[in-house]
Amino acid sequence: MSAIKLTIDGREIEVEPGTTILEAARQIGADIPTFCHDPELPPNGACRICVVEVEKARALVASCVTPVAPGMVIHTESERVVRARKEILNLQIANHPLVCITCEKTGECKLQDYCYRYGVSDSGYVGEVKDLPLDDSNPFFVRDMNKCILCGICVGKCQDVVGAGAIDFTKRGFISNVGPAYEDKIEDSTCVFCGLCIDSCPVGALIPKVGRGKGRPWEIEKTRAICPYCSVGCGINLHVRGSEIIGVTADQQSPVNRGHLCARGKFGWDYQKSSERLTVPLVKSNGVFVEVSWEEALGLIVDNIEDVRNRYGSLSLMGLCSPKATNEESYLFQKLIRSLGSNNVDSYTRHCHAPSVNALMKALGSAAMTNSIEELTGTEAIFIIEADPLDSHPIIGYRVREAVRSGAKLIVANEKAVGLSDIAHYFFALEPGGALALVNTMSNVILEEGLHDQAFIGKRTEGFEAFRKAIAGYTPEFTAELTGLTEAEIRTAARVYAGVEKAAIISSAVIREEEGGDQLVLALVNLALLTGNLGKNSCGLYLPYSENNLQGCADMGALPAVLTGYQQLKEKAVREKFSKAWKIPISEKEGYSAADIFNTKKESSIKAMFILGENPAACGEEHEKTAEILKSLDFLVVQDIFMTETAALADVVLPAIAFAEKLGTYTNTERRVQLNRPAVEPPEEAYPDWEVIAELAGWLGFEWNYDSPEDIFNEMAALTPQYSGISYERIEAEGIQWPCPGKNHPGTRYLYEGRFGRGLGLFSIIELDHSRKFDQKPLPEIHSIGEHGCQCISDSMRNHSVISSMKKNRGGES
Amino acid sequence: MSRETEAVMTEQIDITAIEEIIEPYIKKKEMVIPVLQKVQEHFGYLPRPAIEEVSRLMRIPLSRLYGVATFYAQFKMKPRGKYIIRVCKGTACHIQGSPKIAERIEETLGIQSGETTDDLRFTLEEVACIGACALAPVIMINDDPHGRLTPDKIKSILDSYK
Ligand code: SF4
Ligand code: SF4
Ligand code: SF4
Ligand code: FES
Repeated sequence: MSAIKLTIDGREIEVEPGTTILEAARQIGADIPTFCHDPELPPNGACRICVVEVEKARALVASCVTPVAPGMVIHTESERVVRARKEILNLQIANHPLVCITCEKTGECKLQDYCYRYGVSDSGYVGEVKDLPLDDSNPFFVRDMNKCILCGICVGKCQDVVGAGAIDFTKRGFISNVGPAYEDKIEDSTCVFCGLCIDSCPVGALIPKVGRGKGRPWEIEKTRAICPYCSVGCGINLHVRGSEIIGVTADQQSPVNRGHLCARGKFGWDYQKSSERLTVPLVKSNGVFVEVSWEEALGLIVDNIEDVRNRYGSLSLMGLCSPKATNEESYLFQKLIRSLGSNNVDSYTRHCHAPSVNALMKALGSAAMTNSIEELTGTEAIFIIEADPLDSHPIIGYRVREAVRSGAKLIVANEKAVGLSDIAHYFFALEPGGALALVNTMSNVILEEGLHDQAFIGKRTEGFEAFRKAIAGYTPEFTAELTGLTEAEIRTAARVYAGVEKAAIISSAVIREEEGGDQLVLALVNLALLTGNLGKNSCGLYLPYSENNLQGCADMGALPAVLTGYQQLKEKAVREKFSKAWKIPISEKEGYSAADIFNTKKESSIKAMFILGENPAACGEEHEKTAEILKSLDFLVVQDIFMTETAALADVVLPAIAFAEKLGTYTNTERRVQLNRPAVEPPEEAYPDWEVIAELAGWLGFEWNYDSPEDIFNEMAALTPQYSGISYERIEAEGIQWPCPGKNHPGTRYLYEGRFGRGLGLFSIIELDHSRKFDQKPLPEIHSIGEHGCQCISDSMRNHSVISSMKKNRGGES
Repeated sequence: MSRETEAVMTEQIDITAIEEIIEPYIKKKEMVIPVLQKVQEHFGYLPRPAIEEVSRLMRIPLSRLYGVATFYAQFKMKPRGKYIIRVCKGTACHIQGSPKIAERIEETLGIQSGETTDDLRFTLEEVACIGACALAPVIMINDDPHGRLTPDKIKSILDSYK
């Protein structure tokens, strides 16, 4: 259809058919007020403040719901329009408590702004002011419904975007209200404290507690940062007054979260202010920690490292790198460990992800999540298996909801119902361990019914014939009992997934090996390869990492067998490249992994360890054994922001700084490299972690020369093909997804277009199953670990935050 | 409704019927109104435990069900009281001051027309002429007519119903 021509405020404009008058007017910069309009919610036309005059039309029209028509002549601020808006404002303030002097929203309240704009100060109406009790029930926000103007935006966000369904319109007429059922307190509702309602309320009805009385909007400086919790990497604005953070709002511009957050991002940052933060170096003397100067602490570290190295050799030293460290810190950290002569560097957290990482490496050639979070909204079918994304990675959950609203079919196959089962077209309650049998059977059904993508299989994969033979035994009749589903249900799952052009799979990246995690991931890869659901937009495999920078930590080469960007240590050219750049010899010998040290029964040869912001002593079921291993070391240095279970075991503890105090980049689970900016100064004697590592390197005799995190990033990018086109300047406004091999390369939204990391995609035969199939032994239990799946470091932050008081497992029915 | 009343009522409510009631609607989230009507048919009103069960089984947020139920006048959120007060709104009664009578009852009991007191003693309703114009203004409490009323008589009349 051709563009529509119309005139707005005397200016001619052409817009797409279907555009609303409001959108068209905004294109020419006309400032039409709105209360109830929100671009991501269905229009409701309730408030009518957005009325405009259309020539020849009898009545004024609400611009947010009225589409443009050819030849329309529109006046957005005519006398009639202004009169109508004044009338609406008069009615609004007639029963609004005009307590602007103390209202937190003063300065960014739409009601106040529009009354100012139209000179409405005293309502001509004597209205009854509501007298509803404040809801102060929870530690996060206050609801003052006397100020509510019933725009309904919060309801839309809560019901549609988040799906918490905590609040809705209740009653009608004057007593009409917005709130939980039965006038319950929000604390007793299904509210998950995501804060979406707070950020979008046009007036002061919903106010976060943390910043009350601490600053007016015009006194606040906003710094754009990245949420430090999960691997989605939401953009946030840190609100600072003076030297204190007093609140967080979602970054509306972020392509990742588009103004959405979960409770962790909205409220979880306050650990930064905890009085329990470590601020000075500590040294253990006779079993107790005493404060020491940086000189003393660094001196002790250097002496001990050298002593251990002299006695046991370089291979007795090891470093564990935090998936919460920035890319710059991770890069320096692995460089330091490698400079000391070994490749013994890893992340303990990555170790929880090892089964899925290894499986993906084997079958596809890279462990990264294949497609972007946003692409989920364009899928036609989504298959969630053994995962609870609304809980573990809420933004992914919101996008699944959006996809379903736009017509995608949703299958959820889980042992328990999760937060998204309420909108699932098919919810299949699996028997424990039934996941693998289900996925294999789906593959078999797809083959049997001819739903596979023969062209894709022929061109892009290998191992298909062997796979086809191996999978043949998996008939629905056969696995019905194992999975706990009926034959028809299994066939339905297969048909729904394979019956569309674009289907995505979401599962958990944290399913442990002994529980069959690697097997399940391989089976899911098979399913995606079989149906050609890889290497194109809006399909793929979503196995999101747990912690915010686990992707970056691995990208930076904090791994025992590879350098940055997964460049293989075993390749001579790679070693030479780094050797030359770093001016040190690079050992050819693959380092110890965290699994080598903590999983084996063997006596470990590691004698000294530097742990940067990880907490293995409190992580996983084996944490006691892990703690024993740490205790048996000759020397342990831990750098952290809190005295964690692991730090407590150390000989020297160095204070680290919090995300809100540091400059650097994080890479989210969709490979997006994003800039995090500091909002406040670190406490007392704490220094940026990169400075500490660089200082220590200097003390150890290495000649490093960095002025800033940007320096470090540039050095890394020059050595790392995937990052080589990325610079701080390029990611100033918005992050870039690697691979980004050139200064003009836009980055990569989804992987494997035309080629897999390993060349062809590999079908895997899930061997275990044949024997199992015949003796009907149950498969090993598969479940994700813990509430949020291996987020031990997040846990130590959460424990010092107001979010620790949140009831567990809100939202999702369990 | 106070929590105590709710607690008292909860005990008498058998929600096992809900499963059967919603059976034809189980995957039809758009059928909220017919479902609520059926539930009301069964219980005479919409007991909270019953609505919670509907919410759980149909996977519809409780807030949404409550919002719909409180929007439409046809849905009763409380059981009807032990005594039903019917205020005659016929012309004769109106002229003789029935609005003042209704107002006084509302004030005394703290409820509006159509509502029930928290202790479930009284439900207040308005009716068109009850055909006792000679007694205007008149109210019925269950089957007892009370005529030639003045607002000041209301308290003692209500007090006589325990
Ligand atoms: S905080 Fe989130 S879940 Fe709670 S009422 Fe607001 S939108 Fe709903
Ligand atoms: S609380 Fe705020 S967002 Fe919600 S309806 Fe009222 S004014 Fe709108
Ligand atoms: S979804 Fe993840 S990144 Fe976003 S606010 Fe929540 S914890 Fe932070
Ligand atoms: S903003 Fe258009 S009707 Fe409310």
